[in-house]
Amino acid sequence: MKLRLIVDGRPVALEAPPMKRLLDLLRDDLGATGTKEGCGEGECGACAVLLDGELVNSCLVPVCQADGREIATVEGLAGSDGTLHPLQQAFWETGGAQCGICTPGMLMAAAALLARDPAPSESAIRTALAGNLCRCTGYVKIVEAVAVAARRMRRASPRRRAGARRGPVSRR
Amino acid sequence: MRGDTTGFEVSRPRTLARALAELAAGERPMPLAGGTDLFVALNDGRAPAERYLDLSRLAELTGIAPLDGGLWLGASTTYTQLLRSRLVARRAPALAAMAGTVGASAIQNRGTLGGSLGNASPAADPAPVLLAFGAEIELARRDGRRVTRRRVAAADFFVAYRETAARPDELITGVLLPAEALRGWRYAYRKVGTRKAQAISKVVAAAGVRVAPRGGRVLEARIGYGSVAPTPVRARAAEAAILGRPLGPQSAAAAADALLAEDIRPIDDLRSTAEYRARVAGRLLEALLGELGGFSPRLAGG
Repeated sequence: MKLRLIVDGRPVALEAPPMKRLLDLLRDDLGATGTKEGCGEGECGACAVLLDGELVNSCLVPVCQADGREIATVEGLAGSDGTLHPLQQAFWETGGAQCGICTPGMLMAAAALLARDPAPSESAIRTALAGNLCRCTGYVKIVEAVAVAARRMRRASPRRRAGARRGPVSRR
Repeated sequence: MRGDTTGFEVSRPRTLARALAELAAGERPMPLAGGTDLFVALNDGRAPAERYLDLSRLAELTGIAPLDGGLWLGASTTYTQLLRSRLVARRAPALAAMAGTVGASAIQNRGTLGGSLGNASPAADPAPVLLAFGAEIELARRDGRRVTRRRVAAADFFVAYRETAARPDELITGVLLPAEALRGWRYAYRKVGTRKAQAISKVVAAAGVRVAPRGGRVLEARIGYGSVAPTPVRARAAEAAILGRPLGPQSAAAAADALLAEDIRPIDDLRSTAEYRARVAGRLLEALLGELGGFSPRLAGG
């Protein structure tokens, strides 16, 4: 089928079988190998990306359901000049990334969390990362990295601090 | 690339009537909702079908809304939507508690109530709580030019291992928590797995009771269990054991005994053993009834 989607801000149009996995579309068709495959059964979160802002395991998403939608992957986190996203910077500084296989999914899960909750508690961070497995770090440094990044991002845009927590959703 | 899905076909109708027309005749496509169960099988090379019916564009299957004094949950409702819904938080918080125990956020964002019901795993997290609510599952089919609907009680929905009461030409359109179940009832839900997230249950259970305002005797009870039989089950013997009695350590222990004797048939499998499941299922019931009745269950022995 013909697909039109936006990947990391870039419009993409291509032909693909409808039940192809979003993961394979990203890695094989678009060469965006930053997104990793781990378990292939929704258990490990290595392949996590954002689909219209919501965290999904791209190994469980058929491309037909991504048609017309926006995908954000780890490859879009850093600035075009190579400046690391505050999450990437914090993972690097705290030792939140070791072998690196889980890191793209961890970063996307953390990004999804901070978009909804700029000041997460440690328990909120752990819940948000509960679907992402890491066999190196023991998670402590990853949780620390997310907290550090959250603090820096709040400092960088202080108006998000008060009231903006839930955005427009809070009106309902 | 794992299982090869290259030649698979998907139709993506925009209306329920069209979707049902595809199920009405000939080689029926398999419904596809959030894909969280289906793609595990596909990635493992166990494709259940080669033609699929994508339900994600059917607006008729979405939404959480009051209906007839109860609560309507469209079949495409995701666990995340249950967790974020103020209506659910106010009227059926046990349902939100359940949603928070399914996988983790990436699964909660994709998995749907209708998908879980259709998949009919005996370990499904939503099933016991839907049994406890006395939920009704709405099924729609195409009858000539008309779309006809019927409702099946959750207790009659799971007919055999991974088999439901839905006919091959029917689609699950939603779940109704009836008004009766949301007035004067209290509910509790618990899941036991290897860890808090990303676990398929070893035992999962929910209980609902309506007690007399004076005297505290149990007037009505509904108890649902998963992972302890070939299908999710209503624990009717356990329910009978507490009817007419006040909730307390004694009636809860009697209910647990009845549960083990008559309601459940746990087995050994890769996630747990029959012995562990039986013991935990009984303790879980006492804990749930303790939560509902405000008492501490008898101390675990042996």
